[in-house]
Amino acid sequence: MREWNGLRDAPAVQALRLYGLVAAGGFRRFSTYRAATAAGVFTNTVFGFILAYTFIALWHERPQLGGYDQAQALTFVWVGQALLAPAALLGFGFQEELQERIRSGDVAVDLYRPADLQLWWCAHDMGRAAFQLLGRGIVPMAAGALAFELALPTAVHTWLLFLLSVALGCVVSFAIRYLVGLAAFWLLDGQGINMINALVAMLLSGTLLPLTVFPGAFGDIAQALPWAAMLQVPADVLLGRHTGAGLAGALAFQAVWGAALLAAGRAMQAVATRKVVVQGG
Amino acid sequence: MIEVEDLRKVFAVRRRAGRLRRTRHEVRAVGGISFSVPRGEMVGYIGPNGAGKSTTIKMLTGILTPSSGRLRVAGIDPARERTRLARRIGVVFGQRTTLWWDLPLLDSYRLMRRMYRIPDDRYHANLARCTELLDLGDLLEVPVRQLSLGQRMRGDIAAALLHDPEVLYLDEPTIGLDVLSKAKVREFLRELNADRGTTVLLTTHDLSDIEQLCKRVMVIDHGRLMYDGDLDGLHAVGESERMLVIDLERELPPIDVAGCRTVKVEGPRQWLAFPAGASAAPLVAEVAERWPLVDLSVREPDIEDVIARMYA
Repeated sequence: MREWNGLRDAPAVQALRLYGLVAAGGFRRFSTYRAATAAGVFTNTVFGFILAYTFIALWHERPQLGGYDQAQALTFVWVGQALLAPAALLGFGFQEELQERIRSGDVAVDLYRPADLQLWWCAHDMGRAAFQLLGRGIVPMAAGALAFELALPTAVHTWLLFLLSVALGCVVSFAIRYLVGLAAFWLLDGQGINMINALVAMLLSGTLLPLTVFPGAFGDIAQALPWAAMLQVPADVLLGRHTGAGLAGALAFQAVWGAALLAAGRAMQAVATRKVVVQGG
Repeated sequence: MIEVEDLRKVFAVRRRAGRLRRTRHEVRAVGGISFSVPRGEMVGYIGPNGAGKSTTIKMLTGILTPSSGRLRVAGIDPARERTRLARRIGVVFGQRTTLWWDLPLLDSYRLMRRMYRIPDDRYHANLARCTELLDLGDLLEVPVRQLSLGQRMRGDIAAALLHDPEVLYLDEPTIGLDVLSKAKVREFLRELNADRGTTVLLTTHDLSDIEQLCKRVMVIDHGRLMYDGDLDGLHAVGESERMLVIDLERELPPIDVAGCRTVKVEGPRQWLAFPAGASAAPLVAEVAERWPLVDLSVREPDIEDVIARMYA
């Protein structure tokens, strides 16, 4: 019993409980936006159908384009629609809110807390992602599976690995958007950088077209960049295109990018918080 | 509890000077202030916009590092151990909120409990107390965005107190509140200070907050401490005047009595200003003897006028 109490009071456990609660808050918060969720599901589904018919035409002309058969290509489309909101493939998520807090000076309130700014927002964003995976991911995926012939795996462990890969992709996505959000300390207005981020994320995550379709060096580079961790890697894990060491390598690719970008975010945060001051008070 | 010695903060600001050139300017936000606040005192900290109030508070909470000077809050150097200090202080901003906008009030309190590692019994006792004194009973399950400003403010104050902070910084806690809400907040703060001995530093533009809550007041302007003492002393320093308003039987030329000056005449009513420190009795006696006096009243100096004169 005493050991249990000691464990419960350990700083790491305390921190886990705090950020767990923050994540739960992020989840519940987004669950209150019911109209937005319904509209999002509708948009994702419609967008999915448009892309699906485009892909069918494309793969009819060029079978095995990018190494995918038609069913796999269509699966890629619907995985993309399912992950659009959770992995924030078009930007969005939380960075507009962080930027607004920086602009207005409200970020001072966040800094007064005995909590870490990056971990706080990360936990919050993971909560949001978890809600949106359930709230905005399942329905478009099911709609796609009903309307088209998809190449979905039957093995449970493939789905579990897919979820792990999605989680890592969401961390990478967060880490990138945290950098974008913190840029507001210098730029004050985040709109420009948000647009660039949205465009880059859409193109380099594979949301428009799988990265394997891009030719030559451009395709190779795109697959090595962190955005690939947000959709390309999880989709390929679900499609069973990575096995054995290749699978471990794909997950490691995501994890390494996640860690590196989180570290960059910490460094940027250290510099940024020294600037906090100037905006009003 | 709070010790500040020769505290300074200088910001470097770049200004545009021509197409590409930028020149560096140094802006002195706080220029060498010293004060100390003993445990359990409630101090008003006032000054016009841009005087350096917020900069001081930011240094006292550790989110801003002083350029020079010595600073201790509860024995802790704020900038060095911000997180450790954060567990022992509470901060309330009238214009900002620490509460979770889209979620019920209680969710934010549960978060505070984890964040500040509040023991279960303390948490429940403090929450019950705040709920009762701040009238939050019906609001705990309401999403914060649906609360009125006054309700939200009370919610924010409770959030800052659940972890029994030794020092509480209040920045404009009554801004935008109606008379009733203001009274409620003030009453609560008074009780908190009396019962718990919480040290309170109160920043406000509403000087009636100060008059009702603080014995001691510090005035800052242009980054310097202009006054530090009790409220009465402020009147003496500010050379404030009291006003004797007299109603005569009929319209007469301005009254001329030694020790005061007639500032306004309006029909049979005249306004006579005299130093706040002087007694009104001899003045009243002389006026009554030499002029046909019908009625009179004495108006106490307005602290706002006093302060305004100090800034001038």
